Amino acid sequence: MRTAAGERGAAIGARRPRLPLLLAAPALAVVALLLAPIVYLAIRAGTGGGDAWEVLARASTARLIGRTLGLAAAVSASSVAIGVPLAWLVTRTDLPARRTWFALASLPLVIPSYVAALALIGAFSPRGLLQQVLEGPFGVERLPEIYGFPGALLAVTLSTVPYVFLLAAAAFRRVDPALEEAARGLGRSRLSTFATVTFPLVRPSVAAGALIAALYAISDFGAVSLMRYDTLTRAIFTQYRSLLEREPAAVLGLLLVAITSAILAVEAWARGRGRIHRTTPGAGRRAAPVPLGRWRWPALAAVAAVVAVLAAVPVAVLGYWLGRGLARGEDLALPVGPAVSSVLVALAAAALALAAALPVAILAQRHRSPWTRSLERASYVSNALPGIVVALALVFFTARYLPVVYQTIPLLLVAYLIRYFPQALAGADGALRSVDPRLEEAARGLGRGSLGVLWSVTLPLMRAGLVSGGTLVVLSVLRELPATLVLRPIGFETLATEVWRETSVGAYSAAAVPALALMLVALPVLYVASRLQAAGEGPAPGS
Amino acid sequence: MRRRFARRFALPALAAVAVLAGLGAVAGCGDDDTLTVYSGREERLVAPLFERFEAETGIDLEVRYGDSAELAATIQEEGDNTPADVFFAQDAGSLGAVSARLAPLPEAVLERVPRRFRDPDGRWVGTSGRVRVVVYNTEKYSDDDLPDTIFGYADARFRNRLGVAPTNASFQAFVTGMRLAVGEERTRRWLRALVRNGVKRYEKNLQIVEAVASGEIDAGLVNHYYLARVKQEQPDAPVANHFLRPGDPGALVNVAGVGVIEGSDRSEAAIRLVEFLLSEGGQRFFAEEVAEYPLVAGIPLPQGLPPLATLRGPAIPLEALGGELQPTLELLSEVGLTA
Repeated sequence: MRTAAGERGAAIGARRPRLPLLLAAPALAVVALLLAPIVYLAIRAGTGGGDAWEVLARASTARLIGRTLGLAAAVSASSVAIGVPLAWLVTRTDLPARRTWFALASLPLVIPSYVAALALIGAFSPRGLLQQVLEGPFGVERLPEIYGFPGALLAVTLSTVPYVFLLAAAAFRRVDPALEEAARGLGRSRLSTFATVTFPLVRPSVAAGALIAALYAISDFGAVSLMRYDTLTRAIFTQYRSLLEREPAAVLGLLLVAITSAILAVEAWARGRGRIHRTTPGAGRRAAPVPLGRWRWPALAAVAAVVAVLAAVPVAVLGYWLGRGLARGEDLALPVGPAVSSVLVALAAAALALAAALPVAILAQRHRSPWTRSLERASYVSNALPGIVVALALVFFTARYLPVVYQTIPLLLVAYLIRYFPQALAGADGALRSVDPRLEEAARGLGRGSLGVLWSVTLPLMRAGLVSGGTLVVLSVLRELPATLVLRPIGFETLATEVWRETSVGAYSAAAVPALALMLVALPVLYVASRLQAAGEGPAPGS
Repeated sequence: MRRRFARRFALPALAAVAVLAGLGAVAGCGDDDTLTVYSGREERLVAPLFERFEAETGIDLEVRYGDSAELAATIQEEGDNTPADVFFAQDAGSLGAVSARLAPLPEAVLERVPRRFRDPDGRWVGTSGRVRVVVYNTEKYSDDDLPDTIFGYADARFRNRLGVAPTNASFQAFVTGMRLAVGEERTRRWLRALVRNGVKRYEKNLQIVEAVASGEIDAGLVNHYYLARVKQEQPDAPVANHFLRPGDPGALVNVAGVGVIEGSDRSEAAIRLVEFLLSEGGQRFFAEEVAEYPLVAGIPLPQGLPPLATLRGPAIPLEALGGELQPTLELLSEVGLTA
C-alpha cells in the first residue's frame, strides 16, 4: 500500500492529512461571505453614535430577548417532538403509503410563514372557519384567541417541523442495520436498541435540525407579526418601518447576533459531549422495515393527524379562498412564468449552497481542530438574521462597491446562500459523518488525487445527505420573500412575490393560486428527492 | 454510481444555472431610456395607472414594488448609486425619511396640491389622501350609535371589542397628531384607557377591517380605503366606515406621495410622471379605482365620502409628524401597546 501510494504514503500514515489550502481557502471565503451582514450591522451601528446603543438599556429589550428565546426553545422542542417520530415512522417502519406521507410532511416548508399564519388565523381565529363550522350544530359563537404565544408557536412550528423531519429522515435511512441487528442479537429490546444504538446515530442530524428550527424562529417576521407576538426580529422590522434612523435597528441586529452566538456555543458544548459514531455504508443495504403490528393503525392515525394540521389546514384554507374567488367569477390565471423562475432559482441556489457547504463540512469533519469547528459554527450565525437585514447588507455592499451585480440573479443567489447555508451544511455534515474515512484513504492509497477521491468516493456516498440538504434549500428558497423583493431584477417574479402582491391588498382568493402552485411545484422536487435518497441506500433486503 | 450521480444531480443543477443566467439577462435588460420607479404602493392598485402613463407618453417604466419603509431604507443604503429615478410611497413618513435624497420639484407641479399636503421644501408632493376613520360591524352598530370623537372610543362599551395597529405607520402618525393637538398628557390618558379596556392589537389596518368583518371585534381605528379592498374580496361583509367630526384628533388626513431622486439622469421624464399623477386622469384614477381622496381641486370625490375640506383633522402640518415620531414610539411603548 505504501509503495502504491508513493509519496502520499506519509500523509496516509499520519492519521490526519495535512490541512490542504485547496480546502481551507474556499471554506474561509464562504464563511467570510456569510458574515457580510454582520459587518454591515457593525458599520451601521458604528455610524449611529451613542444614542443608538441606548436601545440596549431599555427594559423592553430584556423582555424581547426573553420572548425571542422562549419562542426559539419551544419551536425547537416541538419540531423535534413531532419531526423525529414522524421521520422514524416514515423511513423505518411498514407504515402504509410512506412516500406520500414523506411528501406531505415536507410540504409546509414551502408555505411562506405569513401565509401559514394567515391560514391559521382564517381557520382558528375567534370567528374563523372552524367557528363557523361549529356554530351550526354546537352554537359556538367564539373560539378562544389564537393570537400571542400559542399562535406564534403553531405558525412557526408548522414552518420548521420539515427541517427536523427531512434531516432526521435522511439520518434514519443512513443507519447501518448491522449495528441494530447486533444489538438485537445481544438480546436488547427494540426500544433499548433504538435508545442506545439508533438514536445516537441520528442525533447529530436531529440536533442540526433543532438548531435550524430555533434560528428560523428567531429570524421569522411574517408569522410573529400576524400573531402579534413581539420578538427581536419584529422589533427590528418595526424600527425599519417606523422610519427612524437605521442605527437602532442595527444595534438590535447585533444583539440578535450575540444571542445566536451564545445559542451556538451552548449547542456545540452539548453536542461535543456525545461520541461521533461512524458506520460503513460502503456496503450499504436497506434495513428491513420494523413491523408495527397492532400499532400500525394508531401510528397511521397519528401521522395523519399531524400531517392534517401541518399541511391540510393551510391547504384547506387556501382552497376555501380559491373557491370564494371562483364563485365570484374572478379571473384567476395560473402563474406559469413565476413558477418556472421559482424552481430555477431554487435549484441554482441549492447547487450553490451545496458547493459552498462541501469545503466547510469536509474541513470540520476530516480536519478537526478548534479552528475548523469555529469556522463551521460561524457559518450558522447569519441564519438567525431577519431577511431584510441580509437584503440591506447586500444593498449596501453591492450598490456602493460592486454595482454591476446589484439587483441581478447572481446576487439574489448569494442572498439565498447567506440565508440558507446551514441547511445545506447540515445535510453535507450529516452525510459526511457516515462516510468511513478509511474508504477515502483506501482510494487515495490506490493513487487517486484529493479531488478524484471526493468525486468518485465521498460524494456518491454522501448522496442521501446532500439531497436532503439540497431539498431544504430548494424549499426554503421557494418561499423566500424579504430578500427577493429588494434584490431581484425588476420584472423577475417568483411564486412568493406573486402571493405577496395579492395578500398585501387582501386579495386572498387571488393569492391562493400562486400559494397552491408553490406546493404543486414542491411535490416533484420532494418526489425526486425521495427517489434519490432511496437509491443511495443500496439494494432493498432480499433484492 | 458515479455517472448516475452526475446525471441526476449535477447536470440538472448546471442546466438550471444556465437557464437562469438567460432569464436574468432578459429580466435585467433595462436600457437607459427607461424610468425606474420604486413603488411602495401596491402593484394591484397602481399598475394600470403606470400602464396608462406609458401609453400616453411613450416613456417606458421599470417598477420595483415593495414595502414603502423598506424601499426608503433601500434608497438610503444604495447611496449615490441608486437605480431609482422616482420614489412613490404609501405615506409621508417614508418620503420624509429620504427627503435629503430627493430633488426639489418645480413650483408649477407643487402648486396643484394644497400646501398642507406637500413638503414645505418642495421635495415631495402628496398624490392622494386618506382619512383616519372608525370601521365598524354593521350588525353591531349603526352609524348613529358611534361617538363622533376619538375620545369616545376609550369608553367601557368597547371593552375587548376595539382594534388598533400600534406598529403601523398610519396609527403612529395619528397618535403623533393627537399629541401635538391635545397634548402629551391627554393622549397618554386616552391610550392608557384603551389598554385598560383590553384593546386588540393587529399588525395592519387590513387585518383590523377583516377582523371587524368576521365579527372578531366590533370596531377598529383605520384608514378609510381598506374598506373598499375587503368589500372587493367579501362583497357581503357587514362593515362600514364611520367618519369622526371635522377637527377631531382622530380624523387625521394623511397622504401617499411622490418624489424625484436627486441626481437622476432622467429627471425630465421623472417630473412628467409626477405631473401625470397630479393630472386630472391620474387624480380621477385614485378617486375611482382606489377610493382615495384626490388632492387636486375640481375632481369628483368617490361615492359616499365626505368632502376633504370638512375633514381637517388636527391642524398639524404633515411634515411635523415625522420629526415628532420618536416621542410617540416611546409613549406607545410606555403604555404597553408596543414592545
